[in-house]
Amino acid sequence: MAAQSGKNSRDLAFEKASAFFAFVVLFLALLLFAVLLRESIPALRKFGAAFLVTGTWDPVLEKFGALPFIYGTLVSSFLAILIAVPLSVGAAIFINEFAPPWLKAPVSLLAELLAAIPSVIYGLWGIFVLVPILRDGLMKPLTKYLGWIPLFKGPVYGPSMLAAGVLLSIMIIPFILSVSREVLATVPQRQKEAVLSLGGTRWEMIRIVIGQHCLPGIFGATILGLGRALGETMAVTMVIGNRPEIFASLFQQGYSMAAVIANEFAEAGGLQLSSLILIGLLLMLVTLVVNLAAKGILSKMVARASRGI
Amino acid sequence: MRTIFGILAGTATAVALSLAGVTGATAADPLTINGAGATFPYPLYSKWFYEYSNANPDVRFNYQSIGSGGGIKQITAGTVNFGATDAPMTEEEMKKTSGPILHIPTALGAVVPVYNLDGVANGLKLTPDVLAGIYLGKITRWNDPKIAELNKTVTMPNADIVVAHRSDGSGTTDIFTNYLTSVNTEWRAKVGRGKAVNWPVGIGGKGNEGVAGVVKQTPGAIGYVELAYAKQNKMNVASLRNKEGHFVAPTLEATSAAAAGVAKTMPADFRVSLVDAPGKESWPISGLTWILVYKDQKDEARGKAMVRFLKWAVTDGQKMETALDYAPLPKAVVEKVDKALKQISFKGKSLY
Repeated sequence: MAAQSGKNSRDLAFEKASAFFAFVVLFLALLLFAVLLRESIPALRKFGAAFLVTGTWDPVLEKFGALPFIYGTLVSSFLAILIAVPLSVGAAIFINEFAPPWLKAPVSLLAELLAAIPSVIYGLWGIFVLVPILRDGLMKPLTKYLGWIPLFKGPVYGPSMLAAGVLLSIMIIPFILSVSREVLATVPQRQKEAVLSLGGTRWEMIRIVIGQHCLPGIFGATILGLGRALGETMAVTMVIGNRPEIFASLFQQGYSMAAVIANEFAEAGGLQLSSLILIGLLLMLVTLVVNLAAKGILSKMVARASRGI
Repeated sequence: MRTIFGILAGTATAVALSLAGVTGATAADPLTINGAGATFPYPLYSKWFYEYSNANPDVRFNYQSIGSGGGIKQITAGTVNFGATDAPMTEEEMKKTSGPILHIPTALGAVVPVYNLDGVANGLKLTPDVLAGIYLGKITRWNDPKIAELNKTVTMPNADIVVAHRSDGSGTTDIFTNYLTSVNTEWRAKVGRGKAVNWPVGIGGKGNEGVAGVVKQTPGAIGYVELAYAKQNKMNVASLRNKEGHFVAPTLEATSAAAAGVAKTMPADFRVSLVDAPGKESWPISGLTWILVYKDQKDEARGKAMVRFLKWAVTDGQKMETALDYAPLPKAVVEKVDKALKQISFKGKSLY
């Protein structure tokens, strides 16, 4: 009897302690949101909702608008996802299904090491290696022959939305790759064998079994990568060109929310500072909206997948 | 029992000794003076603090190069003993301080246009209107007649001009835009002056290193960086036509000449701009950098130490400047600064 009640009170203490920690996390998130909101009130009061759709960023005239930054963040991040997801999922499938054992470990290790490289180093590599290669090897030829397409319109200088998208895609590959590999590993062996035994090819096996079983997980991995890309600061600011303007062409410069905050925060004051903090708040909201939407889609996918199997 | 007593006694002694050390600052302890501010003079101040502390071990300095804006904020808040800035405080900013603040000029810097153009060597000639035209996006090719007519001995390539500017707020941008605002009415109307502005065209690079990086990596690029930066990175620099109509190359001498040109009309508070300065040899995009100190010091010892250091800085310290690619203050200015230092006082008594 005595031992039982001792166990219960310890359980209760543990429950209370873990509840406390959970509330601390929630409290910190709310505190962050509250401070951002408080500091952005001057900008909110001056600009209101027009802040979201204004394209000017003028510290001298004190006219600020977030539209080019929202555009830049979303475009560079989605471009990164567009490039990274096929690469990562393909690599994950290769490592798990096709790679000979002696290749598995080094390739997966190297891919995961990409995550350990600091953002600033990526930025430096971007300036000195990636941008010249993209400019001379990809952008200039494309502009020459396909420059009439708005997406590829010149002039080509180097730092561009494309450069930012490509650099970001390299940075998020390890995240999408490792989660995809985990998800792929959860596929029951007998299901794979079942397809093969029915005469399916390797490709059909992958497409049917893995596609159906793993889609929610891979989608989750994509959202993880997207989250990283949305908030990435230093690497983006070093290759995107830092121009607060919206262009149709991927070869033109752009700006992102995190980049403008990193660049201008230190010397900003007054209304400019408040506008930068408002952009920070918007970034937080964009991330929240993307994650909520992803959760919604994810739960639908899981429901469909569980019904299918 | 004995060992426990021994441990207790030992701990008590250690605590007592350390308390004595904390509460009683002996005469041998060096006085620490804290400062924060501009990044531009940081290499110079580092050298100064090192040399000065070697010669005067009773004083130690601690400087955080957080930017001119940060320096102004911290001296206003009183968290540091002195601030440092490349852009003088505005009237509004000076109202927020707890007492009158002095701007003590320490060194001169220059902002220079740098470029990366195949086949064009150092010394491309530009005029204020051409430079403004490039940065306004109106002159877009290197072989534009307006540039070609200034450089008849050079075959200008038919290439795009890629404009580079600062993406972060900085004193360098303030000096550069101040210059363009002073010499070009269209720039004044469209863009204006500031630590950060709404650039009509161009790629933004973070810091002097960012702009230098863009220029070096992009054929056909033009940017603006601090003179020290251009020199140390061996970049091609443009000569500008100054107020007197003379084409001047950006050198330390030309920078000092700009200050000498303004020395006679220098206001007593030294809050003057050196852009477009008169004088045949003056470099038109020059600027002062200042140390900010309160006129009424709250701490006599530190105030006295500050005044002694500043006196040294504007006299002996100036000798170290050219080696670090800063331009020394001209003698006329040094004399005025010396007089200004006499104003720094503690409870009404001058600490000079």
